[in-house]
Amino acid sequence: MAADGDDIPKLSHPLEIPKLKCGAMEGLQPFIAAPEHQEKLGFPGELVPNWKEVALAKMAELAEKNRAFQVYLDACVKCGACTDKCHYFLGTGDPKNMPVARQDLLRSVYRRYFTFAGKYFPSLVGARDLTEEVLQEWYSYYHQCSECRRCSVFCPYGIDTAEITMAAREIMDAVGMGQKYSNEIIGKVKDVGNNLGLNPKALAATLEDLEEEIEDDTGISVRLPLDEKGADILLVTPSADFFAEPHIDGLIGYAKVFHEAGVSWTLSSYASEAANFGLFIGSYENMREIALRIRKAAEDLGVKRIIFGECGHAWRVAYSFLNTLAGPFDFLDPKYPVPQHILEFTWNEIQKGTLKFDKSQNDHIKLTYHDSCNVARASRMGDEPGGQFEIPRNVIKAVCNYYYDMDRSTTHESTLCCGGGGGLLTDDLMELRKKGASPRMTALQEVTEEHGVTHMAAICAICKTQFSKVMPAYGYDMDSIVSVHQLVSNAIILTGQDGDDDDSEDETEAA
Amino acid sequence: MLSVIYAILFYVATILLVVGVAMKIRKYARTPAPLKIPTTPAPTTTGGVVLRMFREVVFFESLFKSNKWIWLFGWAFHMGMWLVLIRHIRYFTYDIWWWVQLAQPFGTYASFAMLGGLLGLWARRILVERIRYITNPSDHLMLALLVAIVGSGMMMRFVVHTDILAVKAFMLGLMRLRIETLPGDPILLVHLGAVAVLMIIFPISKLLHAPGVFFSPSRNQVDNPREVRHIAPWAKKLES
Repeated sequence: MAADGDDIPKLSHPLEIPKLKCGAMEGLQPFIAAPEHQEKLGFPGELVPNWKEVALAKMAELAEKNRAFQVYLDACVKCGACTDKCHYFLGTGDPKNMPVARQDLLRSVYRRYFTFAGKYFPSLVGARDLTEEVLQEWYSYYHQCSECRRCSVFCPYGIDTAEITMAAREIMDAVGMGQKYSNEIIGKVKDVGNNLGLNPKALAATLEDLEEEIEDDTGISVRLPLDEKGADILLVTPSADFFAEPHIDGLIGYAKVFHEAGVSWTLSSYASEAANFGLFIGSYENMREIALRIRKAAEDLGVKRIIFGECGHAWRVAYSFLNTLAGPFDFLDPKYPVPQHILEFTWNEIQKGTLKFDKSQNDHIKLTYHDSCNVARASRMGDEPGGQFEIPRNVIKAVCNYYYDMDRSTTHESTLCCGGGGGLLTDDLMELRKKGASPRMTALQEVTEEHGVTHMAAICAICKTQFSKVMPAYGYDMDSIVSVHQLVSNAIILTGQDGDDDDSEDETEAA
Repeated sequence: MLSVIYAILFYVATILLVVGVAMKIRKYARTPAPLKIPTTPAPTTTGGVVLRMFREVVFFESLFKSNKWIWLFGWAFHMGMWLVLIRHIRYFTYDIWWWVQLAQPFGTYASFAMLGGLLGLWARRILVERIRYITNPSDHLMLALLVAIVGSGMMMRFVVHTDILAVKAFMLGLMRLRIETLPGDPILLVHLGAVAVLMIIFPISKLLHAPGVFFSPSRNQVDNPREVRHIAPWAKKLES
């Protein structure tokens, strides 16, 4: 039964468990990568003739190189704790979108070729041969996982389906069956330096436009420097921040914060991308190559600190992996963690009292906050565990009067993915994206009904793009999704700006 | 004859269990985790990780967050099992240790928790659509085996007693490489046979979750990637 693109599920509760709809999403596959995109990443251009041997060899290699892969394939007891935790399962009802069932697509093959039980008693333990159909099934369902890690929170062994999805994508890349969206973008980063393929000239022009816009708005000259040697801070931000709404308003917010804090900073045209799609395809080598661009930019520009803009998966790679992939960063100022998140910087400045706000500038907004999955479950901000939840909310509450949290079972470490993460933010998967967003949208509708919430803030480029695309399907305007630093930008009073009514920044929130 | 068969069975089962699990643990320990992937919020110190792991294996913290029914049945089964196992130590030591004595009454009735837990988990496998979907025949067989072990044990404890002193003599004999006479009660033979099967399949089945949980990177890693550089040996080679 082919699913209709417009049949968005109506949930009575964000986490309502659907009836199983076997095969509901079976036919959905993203476009396959063209040979040129594959080869640029070091993968075969198209499906190799001996793909089966190559796939099994890759699987053996992964079991040698990655403990998570090995342990997670062995340890699952099929208890079922994860079965109702994936937003794609909740949104589609397809049982193969249950985390354990998604893992089993690969585990069944691993068992068949690499375990005693699977070799000699395949039907007993659910082991199966690797066939063309299995490969197609992998291509479908490993591109219906956004690697958001929600399942890993609830698994008694911490089994993270994201790790299995990444491994499966790595295997598919190795046999020449990569995904167009992710692989084409990684190629662009290697050629030009960012996901958009925005060249340095165009980038410089964009930043100049933004400077003019800020000056028109505020009467204050706020700079957005590019490739300035000797600046203290290198800001690495997702390239969506240079052109997309509401991302760009966030970028304006960062610039204003830096301006008021009186620090010198710069963007880099060489490392003009925070997102690292190498993560999505599970490729350590590609992820490393992209991460090394940031190191090189930092060295070339002679900066002392690196700060990342609002971006979820980027922050995961930055916070958790950058030191591994491109470290050690002993050439930077040891007083600061490497890297820092822009929200860590802004919250720090707020605490120091260097920023002045007029919170009433956000009074037209009643706000909630969407914890972006990879920030929530794969990173941290600040010194304490859980800082990734508190710091964004602290900043929001410092600049907004009306703030309301969504149902606790859908926030913090239990947050729901926006539905477009992990390399799925592509139009060929729009049906999945709309359905996968339904649990989050239902949670949002609840706070809208209860508190009149009008807007949702996020700190991830993918979340922002995804929500601006799918929110209209759920009865919200596309600009109902906002950047956190957009709110900061709205409320901040720049030194010398007219209408400075000197609100205290430590005023408590009205909510 | 029967005694010899069971003696051989237990020697083989013990060797397979010990060697098999040791090999798996060695494999897990030697396979590097190339990246820092703790599920956050995660502890920032090793002490914190020990505490997290303790809560995970003693209280099944994540499972509790996930599903109260699976937690209840799973936790009752596992905790009952520990008490029953402790109680069984008395059959392997000549003098019974004081803390084994102490656990005796608890260990006796813990078998009901074990059985209840197992039957609850089994019912879920049959009644809950999602769990039925992910269940393989081996999952049913594993439950059947465990129910057979617990059921036969309870039979001997509460209904038809076996010559437990003879069983103890047999076990103590095995430990000293002597084969004593094992009583021929069918229930006892089922009990011991099923236990031996469980020992044999341990290293090649999902029972590997027991050692596996300690090697799960999302649970056993310290959240300190900015402070301490984490790098796998194979990844280090990419840098030269």
